[in-house]
Amino acid sequence: MSAAQFDIKYVAHLARLHLTPDEEKKLGAQLGGILGYIEKLKELDVTGVEPTAHAVPLVNVTRPDEVRPSLPHDKVLRNAPAQANGLFMAPKIVE
Amino acid sequence: MLNQLTISALTAKLAKREVSAREAVQSCLDQIACVDKKIHAFISYNADDALAQAAAADQELAKGGSTARRLLGIPVAVKDVLAVKNQPLNCGSKILGKFVSPYDATVVEKLKAAGAIVFGRLNMDEFAMGSSTENSAFGTTRNPWDTTRIPGGSSGGSAAAVAADEAIATLGSDTGGSIRQPAALCGCVGLKPTYGRVSRYGLVAFASSLDQIGPLTKDIRDAATMLGVISGHDLRDSTSVPQPVPDYAASLTGDIKGLKLGLPKEYMIGGLDPEVKAAVDAAVRQFEKLGAEIVEISLPHTDYGVSVYYIIATAEASANLARFDGIRYGARVDGADPTELYRRTRGAGFGAEVKRRIILGTYVLSSGYYDAYYLRAQKVRTLIRNDFLQAFEKVDAIVTPTSPTAAFKIGEKSDDPLQMYLSDIFTISCNLAGICGISLPCGFTGSQPSTLNPQPRLPIGLQLLGKPFGEETLLKIAHAYEQNTLWHKERAATVI
Repeated sequence: MSAAQFDIKYVAHLARLHLTPDEEKKLGAQLGGILGYIEKLKELDVTGVEPTAHAVPLVNVTRPDEVRPSLPHDKVLRNAPAQANGLFMAPKIVE
Repeated sequence: MLNQLTISALTAKLAKREVSAREAVQSCLDQIACVDKKIHAFISYNADDALAQAAAADQELAKGGSTARRLLGIPVAVKDVLAVKNQPLNCGSKILGKFVSPYDATVVEKLKAAGAIVFGRLNMDEFAMGSSTENSAFGTTRNPWDTTRIPGGSSGGSAAAVAADEAIATLGSDTGGSIRQPAALCGCVGLKPTYGRVSRYGLVAFASSLDQIGPLTKDIRDAATMLGVISGHDLRDSTSVPQPVPDYAASLTGDIKGLKLGLPKEYMIGGLDPEVKAAVDAAVRQFEKLGAEIVEISLPHTDYGVSVYYIIATAEASANLARFDGIRYGARVDGADPTELYRRTRGAGFGAEVKRRIILGTYVLSSGYYDAYYLRAQKVRTLIRNDFLQAFEKVDAIVTPTSPTAAFKIGEKSDDPLQMYLSDIFTISCNLAGICGISLPCGFTGSQPSTLNPQPRLPIGLQLLGKPFGEETLLKIAHAYEQNTLWHKERAATVI
C-alpha cells in the first residue's frame, strides 16, 4: 500500500474522528511513512502459519450463569455527560 | 528519610513500630511537595485520603498487624490508567473529562487487601500510547536524573515517582515496553508479568492481547513482593490464567550457578548506543562470574517486531477506544446527530498520537486491507512467539538491553513517530510472545569522560526475558545480579 492510496478522510470517517485540515495533512504524511516501514512484513512467507490472536489461548472461558450484584444505577450515571430520568441523554436517532 | 526506603526496609521498621505509616505517607507527600514541580510524576493526589488510610494502617499495626497484610502501611501510587474507587481516572487524556471511578481495579483491590496505602494518579502517555510521557494532556513528566530529558513511557510517571522517592513503589502497565523502558531510563526496577498472570479488570484497555499490569520498584525483592500481591486468577478477566501464585521472594536465593542465559545475536543492532552495549556486556560478564552459562541464541524474526506490534496494537486500540464516544461518560461535544457528536467529541478529546494510532488501526482492519496487514501481522506474531519458545528450550532466560539508548531530550523525537516507535525494539517482542520481562539498573552513561561526545550521567537498563510464567527464574537471576552491584543504590541528584 503506497501513501498515495491512503485516503485519510475515508479512514477518519470510519473511525468517527474529526480531523482538522492540518491534522489530515500531517497524519497522512506520517502514516504514509509508517505504512512504508510496515511493508517489510511482505518479505516473509507465511504460508501455512496459523495466526496468533492471544499468546496464552484459553478456550470456552465461562462463569456460572447466576445473577450477581452490579453497579447501582446512580453510580453508573454519575459520569454521564448528560442524563435525565435515570437515562443517558443522546441526540435523536430516529424520526 | 522514610520515602527513600524499599518496601522490605519500611515494612521492617513499621513492624517494630520504629516509625508509623503516617510518617511514611507524610515523607512521600513532603517529597512530592519538594520535587514534583520539577518532575511532574503526579497528575493529582489526595493527601487527606492518604493520611486517613495511614491512620487506619497505624491502628492495625498497633494491634500487631498480620503477616498476610504484606503491604500494611506502604504508600503505593498507581498509573492513571487503573481504576481506584472514588478517585479520578483520565488515562492522561482530555476525553475522560471529570470521570471518577465507580469501582476498584482487581490489582487495586489486592493492594488494599494487602494493606497498602493507594494514593495518587501517575502521569502517562495518553491511553498508554508513547515512549516518553510527552503525549499526556496533563504535561510532560521529566526524568529525575536530568529534567531536560524524558522519563520514558508510557508509565513515565510511575518510573519517575519511584526514582524521585515520591512513592515507595508504583504500578504501571506494559503493552510494548511501557513499564520496562521507563524503569530503565529512570534507573529503577520494572516488571512485565506473563500475559494472564495479573488480572486486567479495571485497567483501561489499550491493546487487550498485549496489556499487562506490573510493578515499578527500587529493588528486585520489592518487585517480587508486589508481583506476589497483584498476581492471580480473576473471574472478571477471562484472559487471566488459573495458575497458582508462587512465593516469589523464596526464589531470591542468590544462586544462579548452572543457569543458561541466552544472548540474541539480532539484538546487537546498529542503533545501539556504545555505552549501553558496554554496560550490558559488563552485566553478561558478571553473570558468568556468578556461575551462569552464556549461550548465543537467535531470534530470527526480531526485525519484524515493530511492524507487527504497530499493526496489532493499533488495530486493537481502534476497537477499544471506540467506547469513548461522549455518550455514557467523559467529555462531550454536542452535534446534531450521533455521528457528528462522536466525531466532534473524539476530535476534541483525543491527542495527536492517539488519533494517529486510531487511524492506523482503523485502516489495517478496514475492508480490503485486513488480510494484507492484520492477518499477516498475526501470522508473523506466531513466528515471533515460536522464536522465543524455541530459544527457551535451550536457555532459562534471555539477556538484552532494555532500550537502545539512555533517556533522550524532551522534544527530540516527538515530531517523528516512526523513530519513537523504533526505540521500543527490544521490549515489544515480549508482549507479542506473551512472555515475562524485567528491567533492572546495570550502569550509567558518562562513565568514560574521555570520549569525544561526553554524555551526562543517565541510567542504563538491563532486560531479562523469561518463559511464560517464569517470573521466579527472572527474579532469581535479577536478584543475584543486584546483590553483586550497587547501581540500584544510586540516587538522582535533582531529588535528594
